[in-house]
Amino acid sequence: MDLHLIVFGVYPYLALATFLLGSWIRFDNEQYTWKSDSSQLLSKKGMRFASNVFHIGMLGIFFGHLIGLLTPHSVFQALGISDMAHQNLAMYAGGAFGFMVILGGTLLWLRRLTNPRVRAASRWMDINILGWLVGTAIVGFATIFWSMGHAAKGDPTVMLRLAEWAQSIVTLQPNPDLLRGVDWIYKLHIFLGLSVFLFFPFTRLVHIWSAPIGYLFRAYQIVRAKRTA
Amino acid sequence: MKVRAQFAFVFNLDKCIGCHTCSVTCKNVWTNRKGVEYVWFNNVESKPGIGYPKQWEDQDIWRGGWEVKNGKLQLKSGSRLDRLLNIFANPDMPEIDDYYEPFTFDYAHLLKAPLSEAAPTARPVSQITGEKMEKIHWGPNWEDDLAGEFESRARDSNMRNLEKDIYRQFEHTFHMYLPRICNHCINPACVAACPSGSIYKREEDGIVLVDQDKCRGWRMCISSCPYKKVFYNWESGKAEKCIGCYPRVESGMPTVCSESCVGRIRYNGIMLYDADKIEQLAATPNEQDLYQAQLDLFLDPNDPVVIEQARKDGVPEDWLEAARKSPIWKMAVEWKIAFPMHPEFRTLPMVWYVPPLSPVQSHLDQGALPTSPDSVIPPVENLRMPVKYLANLLTAGKEAPIVDALKRMIAMRAYQRSVHVEGTPDTRALQETGMSVDMALEMYRYLAIANYEDRFVVPTGHQEITLEDFYGHQGQNGFTFGNDSSPGISPNSLFPERRKETVEERDPVPSAD
Repeated sequence: MDLHLIVFGVYPYLALATFLLGSWIRFDNEQYTWKSDSSQLLSKKGMRFASNVFHIGMLGIFFGHLIGLLTPHSVFQALGISDMAHQNLAMYAGGAFGFMVILGGTLLWLRRLTNPRVRAASRWMDINILGWLVGTAIVGFATIFWSMGHAAKGDPTVMLRLAEWAQSIVTLQPNPDLLRGVDWIYKLHIFLGLSVFLFFPFTRLVHIWSAPIGYLFRAYQIVRAKRTA
Repeated sequence: MKVRAQFAFVFNLDKCIGCHTCSVTCKNVWTNRKGVEYVWFNNVESKPGIGYPKQWEDQDIWRGGWEVKNGKLQLKSGSRLDRLLNIFANPDMPEIDDYYEPFTFDYAHLLKAPLSEAAPTARPVSQITGEKMEKIHWGPNWEDDLAGEFESRARDSNMRNLEKDIYRQFEHTFHMYLPRICNHCINPACVAACPSGSIYKREEDGIVLVDQDKCRGWRMCISSCPYKKVFYNWESGKAEKCIGCYPRVESGMPTVCSESCVGRIRYNGIMLYDADKIEQLAATPNEQDLYQAQLDLFLDPNDPVVIEQARKDGVPEDWLEAARKSPIWKMAVEWKIAFPMHPEFRTLPMVWYVPPLSPVQSHLDQGALPTSPDSVIPPVENLRMPVKYLANLLTAGKEAPIVDALKRMIAMRAYQRSVHVEGTPDTRALQETGMSVDMALEMYRYLAIANYEDRFVVPTGHQEITLEDFYGHQGQNGFTFGNDSSPGISPNSLFPERRKETVEERDPVPSAD
C-alpha cells in the first residue's frame, strides 16, 4: 500500500467517519460546548463585512463542491450541461466564492491574531481552523490556474476524474487510481479539504450542523414546564 | 381564557437609596465568573443617565423589543428571515465597551513593590486580556449620583420632549435611582428572537431562562431584549441572564436581590394572567394604551370564574392563595401606584415600579413651593422631578396615571403625618384623591413598614406534581451528573442512556383515597 492509496483511499473514510461519529458523540455528551463561539461582543469593527463575506463564500464553496462533485455525470448530461460548461461554472463560481472565503477569512484571521481582546479569548483551535480553512481556500483558488490550462485545451477530463473519484468515495467503491497523474495542486487541495472534515468535531465548526432553519417556521414564544424526572 | 401564574416584582423607587446591595449580592451569587465579569443581572442606575449598557433605552440604536407592523406584532429588529440573514454578524449587537471593559487591580504589587519614596499603586488590569489598562474610561455605575457632565446624561431617552436646558441648571437638577433586573416579560422579545429556541418561559412561574445546552451563541437575544438584560458570556460563548433566583423561588424564598434589599423596596409575588390575550394586547395600536392593556391582561385572583379556570389549567391551590395575597396585585392593580417600565417595548414586563416622590424638604423649608391643604406636603406637579420624565420611563409618556399615583402616595403621607405629628387625623388629602382611610393604612403598612411577610408572598414550587416518583427524587435533588442544564435534545443517543437521574422508574404508589 503506497501513500497515494492511504491518502485518497483510506484517509477520506477516516476523515468522514471522524466527522460523523465525532459530531454525534460531541452533541451527545458535550452539548454545552456546541456553539458558534462568536467573538463579536469583544470587537465589532469590520465584522459585518468580513464575517458575511466569509460565511457566504463558505456556503457557496460547500454547496458548489457538493453539487459539482457528487452529481452523477449522467444527470449533467440529461440537463444539457456540457462538460466544458460545467468546468467553466466550477472555475468562475468557485473562483468567486473562493475569493470571498480568502478575503473574509484573512480579515477574520488577522482580527483574531491582532485584536488583543479577541486574541486573548481565542483558543488554539480557533486560530488553527480558521487558518486551515483559508489555506485550503488559497490552494483551491490556485487550482483554477491549472484548470484554466485544461479549459484552454478544451479538456475537462481532470475535472471529471475528480468528480468520479469523489463519487467513488461516497458510494463506498473507492477508486484512488482515478487521481493518479492528476496535478499535485489538486491533490494538495483534496488533502487539506478532507482534513477539515477530520478536524470538524473538535472545533467550533460544529455550529454548522445547527443552522437554525427551523426558526423560520417556529412560533415566537416558547413555554416549557420544568423538566420531570 | 387560559390562566397562567407569573412570579412578579414591584420595586418601590420612592425608597431606593442607591446602595447597590442588590447588585453586589446578585453579582457574588451568580456572575462572579470568567466571561461574565462585566455582567450585572441586577444593576442600579442613576437617572437621568444613559445607563448600562450605554443608552440601552434608545431602540433606534439597538432595535430591541417589538413593533406593530401592518397590525401584527413583529420584532423591531425585523422578520425571522431578516434575523437569519444577519446571523453571521448581528448588526445590532452591543460591544463590550458599551457595557465596560471588566477590570481588576494589581493588588499583589502593593505587597511586592520594593521600598520607595512614593506609595506603590495598584494599576487596573483588564479581565479580558490580562494587560494593564492605562485608564478606566467607563464602569458598571459610571454615572453614580449624576457623575459626569450634563451633556452625557442628557442623552437619556427619557429626557426626550423635556426642556433639557432647564435641568442643566444646578437648582433644577433632579435625580432618582433605577434598579434593574430581567423583567421576566410575558411577551419576551429574547425568546422570540432566539434562532435555536433555547430561551423559554417557564410554564409554572413565568421565569425566563436560557437552556445552556441548547444555546448556540447566535446572540440575537442580546440585541432583541430592549432592556439589555440578556448577556453574552464571552468565555463560554453562551447567553446568560437573570434566572429569577429560581432555585430560591422554588423553595418559597424571595430572590437574593429582594431579600438583601436594605431599603425594603422590593416585593415578590404572584400574578395571574390570561395567556390567550397576550398577542392581542401586546399589539395594542397606541403605545400609551399599553399600560392599561397590561392591566387588562391580569386576572382577578378573587374572581370565582378565574379561580375555577386556574384550577383547570393546573395552577396549584396555594399559588391561588398567594395570588390573592400578592403585594404586586395590590400595588399594580388595586392602588395603581406601580407601573411597568417602558411598556412601549411591548414585551409586557413583570417588574413594576412605584415612582419616586423626589425629596423636596429643604425646598419646602425655604417656602419655595406651594403646598396642599395641610400646608405641608407639596402638590405633585411641583415636585422636583418632572412628571414627564417619569411618564416617559413608566407609561410611554402618558402623565395622568403617574400624577394619580404620586397623589395617592402624597395623600397617604399627609394623612399619616396628621396622625403622628399633629395628633389629629386629617383626611382632606385622602378625600381629594378618593382614598379610604383603610386603603391609606394598608398602603402605609406595605410601603412604609414593609414587613417581610407582606413584601414576599412566594409559594413553593410543586415538585410533587412534576415528578412521577417524588420519593425516589429525594436524596438526589440538586446533585448533578454532568451537563444537566437540560435533559438534552437528542432522542437518538449513540450511547446507552446516561443515568443522569437516580430515580427508578416505577408506577407511582396508588393514592389512598
